[in-house]
Amino acid sequence: MPHINLPTEFPGIRSLFMYRPETAAPLNALVQAMLHNPHPTLSAGERELIATYVSRLNTCKYCCNIHGAIAQHQLGNNAEIVQQVLADPETAPISSKLKALLKIATKVQSGGKNVLPDDIELARSEGATDLEIHDAVLIAAAFCMYNRYVDGLATWQPDDAAIYDKMGEQRAREGYLTPPYKVVSSQ
Amino acid sequence: MNLPNEIPGIRSLFMCRPETAAQLDTLVQTLLHNPHPMLNCGERELIAAYVSRLNTCKYCCNIHGSLVDENQLGDNSEMIIQVLTDPETAPISNKMKALLNIADKVHTSRKKVTADDIALAIKEGATDMEIYDTRFIADAFCMYNCYVAGLAAYQPDDVEQFIDEEYSTASF
Repeated sequence: MPHINLPTEFPGIRSLFMYRPETAAPLNALVQAMLHNPHPTLSAGERELIATYVSRLNTCKYCCNIHGAIAQHQLGNNAEIVQQVLADPETAPISSKLKALLKIATKVQSGGKNVLPDDIELARSEGATDLEIHDAVLIAAAFCMYNRYVDGLATWQPDDAAIYDKMGEQRAREGYLTPPYKVVSSQ
Repeated sequence: MNLPNEIPGIRSLFMCRPETAAQLDTLVQTLLHNPHPMLNCGERELIAAYVSRLNTCKYCCNIHGSLVDENQLGDNSEMIIQVLTDPETAPISNKMKALLNIADKVHTSRKKVTADDIALAIKEGATDMEIYDTRFIADAFCMYNCYVAGLAAYQPDDVEQFIDEEYSTASF
């Protein structure tokens, strides 16, 4: 049961966006800029994997499932790679650079001050640019915010994987600025 | 990272990534500066400064603490220090204390804002929107604090000059 009265036909963060459109606009624009807009070196799929992994660390079911689904569709409908990253980035079939960026994101999730020069050096030695390091930190910090926002107000978070797949396919294709699907709540 | 060394805190990060700076600026403008039906700018800046203090983010705490002064709470530096030290004994309304208690819970750990915390705020006269925005400000400032700390942006001890130069027009 959400802590405040929210529209029941939209799950997760979308119900909060409907409740407070003034803040929804910059939040949507931020996630669009971080994850969807063209990036000189990191693919949308790689950036979605960082968002998905941080959401898993924060045990935010909605964000982890939806961004996992978006990552899957951004990566050529590859669900396996998403599950492997969530299980253990070190053994997942991703670049050493992305592994190092996920390590930085993990440190950010535990507290910004936990990011140490060695973490940055490791990422640089694997070829990460300043922009990539910046974006890994910002995506991780921002997803701690989105995750808390969704969980903190106890929004409705569906269990049905098909719902996330449908929403994920839409977001991978359209980005974050188009209207959401209505999903009828069973509550 | 190589950051412009003449600019402190989050502003140096904004300069190296304008694509995301615009969104982060718009968000803080919406949360803290734009008109709000119930919480004035000073009250919202106080929540931001308090959360930044809890997160030990010197730059954000100092900047937003100073902006409390700039925005509608008058010259109240003593009150701000009292709030940053212990909101319970500070000369602020019970509603504000209940909202800062919620902000504290948001900072401490996820999912720890209890029904009792919400009930207390409602009992002290807080509306759904005030509770919602308090949580959101606290949540967003955990992000801003983490962003500044995670990239080890320069945080000067003396922020007054930057406030005078950059923020006294009271707009983000």
